Amino acid sequence: MILELHNVEARYGPVKALHGISLRVGEGELVAVLGANGAGKTTTLRAVSGTVRRSGDVVFAGKKLSRRPEATARAGIAHVPEGRGTFSELSVWENLRLGGYTRRGNVKHEARRVFEFFPQLESRLDQQAGTLSGGEQQMLALGRAMMARPKLLLLDEPSLGLAPIVVTVIFEALEHMKGGDGMSVLVVEQNASLALAHATRAYVLEVGKVVVEGTGDELRTNESVRRSYLGY
Amino acid sequence: MLVAAFTWAELAQQLAAGIREGAIYAGLALAIVIIYRTTRVINFAQGEMATFTTFIAWSLMNHGLSFWTAFPVVLAIAFAGGVAIERVVLRPVENAPVLTIVIVTLGLALLLNGLMSVIWGGANRQFHGPFSTRTIDVGGVPISVQDIGIVAVSVGLVVLLALFFRFTKLGLALRAAAVNPESSRLVGIRVGWMLALGWGIAAVLGAVAGMMIAPVVFLDPNMMQTILLYAFAAAVLGGLDSPIGAVVGGILLGVTITLLGRYVGFIGSTLKLPAALMLILVLLLVRPGGLFGRVAVRRV
Ligand SMILES: Nc1ncnc2c1ncn2[C@@H]1O[C@H](COP(=O)(O)OP(=O)(O)OP(=O)(O)O)[C@@H](O)[C@H]1O
Ligand SMILES: [Mg+2]
Repeated sequence: MILELHNVEARYGPVKALHGISLRVGEGELVAVLGANGAGKTTTLRAVSGTVRRSGDVVFAGKKLSRRPEATARAGIAHVPEGRGTFSELSVWENLRLGGYTRRGNVKHEARRVFEFFPQLESRLDQQAGTLSGGEQQMLALGRAMMARPKLLLLDEPSLGLAPIVVTVIFEALEHMKGGDGMSVLVVEQNASLALAHATRAYVLEVGKVVVEGTGDELRTNESVRRSYLGY
Repeated sequence: MLVAAFTWAELAQQLAAGIREGAIYAGLALAIVIIYRTTRVINFAQGEMATFTTFIAWSLMNHGLSFWTAFPVVLAIAFAGGVAIERVVLRPVENAPVLTIVIVTLGLALLLNGLMSVIWGGANRQFHGPFSTRTIDVGGVPISVQDIGIVAVSVGLVVLLALFFRFTKLGLALRAAAVNPESSRLVGIRVGWMLALGWGIAAVLGAVAGMMIAPVVFLDPNMMQTILLYAFAAAVLGGLDSPIGAVVGGILLGVTITLLGRYVGFIGSTLKLPAALMLILVLLLVRPGGLFGRVAVRRV
């Protein structure tokens, strides 16, 4: 297991958002987190990366994970947050360079890998990231995460507001990264059928708790999941 | 008499003097802007920090070091001091209201000022700079070597900093931490250390400004106080958020007030500061964001 959450709780001030979440992500797995709005999906990712106060155990690659975001990044976790977290004032190239901040290797070489998936980025290296289109920004956010060659990628709603063709590209990139680099992915998605099509396993959250878990196929055929999240 | 006698040679000389003044303001204004950008703090202790390090230079030179031997030592001390001040003094009030932080930097200024009086006494001291005060002929205009040296050192430092921010990974991380601390943490940048680094760099800028201006004026604990006001004015003129703005603002301000002081009789040397502040007031009425700043638009 690359990531294990045991009974993790998280709160925003007095408001508890997670009421004891336990989940696991295996090496090279793509695990989806589904659930209604406000169920705590985003908070689950934030609890892992340390961008929300949490309690409970988070074990990453066999070790207890720090609660400071810069330390989780250095441990090998890349978090593409809700709202993408690009540096909108900086250029596309600077964003990519920052993505590889914790790595020593050749940035140009790493960047070439990103451009293979997202050639649009290469022609816009000097453009200010904030002026990219929504889809390009999502590509940049993912590209930035790829630059770090993370062991675990946390992705918050990568398909949000994107054209289907772009979504396909993004999920293809994910498949490739987890195949080639043995990277694991924990992805939050509103588009449940899309997520389940790519996920090895999935968890369904309701008000800060895991209510259903299983393989992608199990959940696709689960009656209540189908009715609540897949809509058929 | 409103307008003094005029010759081109003198205008050129005044311009040179103005640029020299401006270079000092620019350095200090840049220090203010760097701290403001990284921590959103207006550092009222910037002047005292600069004077303090200049006194350290004076002591080292008093113990027999030459200026250029003392120079790097002082810069290193200034850098360490700036980092330490951020970590020890500013860190505890990081999330406090702006007013609290303002009081803290004012308190720091008073503390440093008091310390200087205790350690070095309040009297004026002669500070022997690295440049001679004799003049050389530049295209028919006599300009002092000291002025040229001051401008060269200040401009050199600004260029070095620009290269650092633009082309190094650390410089990029510093800029990233300034514009977006949350995302910076997510890519593994130790934001806290970046803020401290910003203070260290600002302290170095101040130290250079102090060591450059001390030979022109006299060294005493209050040496930088008026200069700091001009530097604030220059920073605001440039937009407070813009490093280029601070440098351009500093030079512009230096030249403008020098020329005003020389050629507009009633301003002389006594009304320079009010004149500078008036100018800035007028500019801010026309361009509220300063020359290079962006105005935060608030929708209602
Ligand atoms: N910064 C915050 N301050 C206070 N409460 C918050 C904050 N962020 C989230 N919450 C609350 O925590 C709960 C879980 O929010 P979270 O963002 O994790 O939901 P989500 O499952 O990602 O929803 P969505 O699908 O709408 O993105 C919600 O009730 C939300 O109102
Ligand atoms: Mg969410």
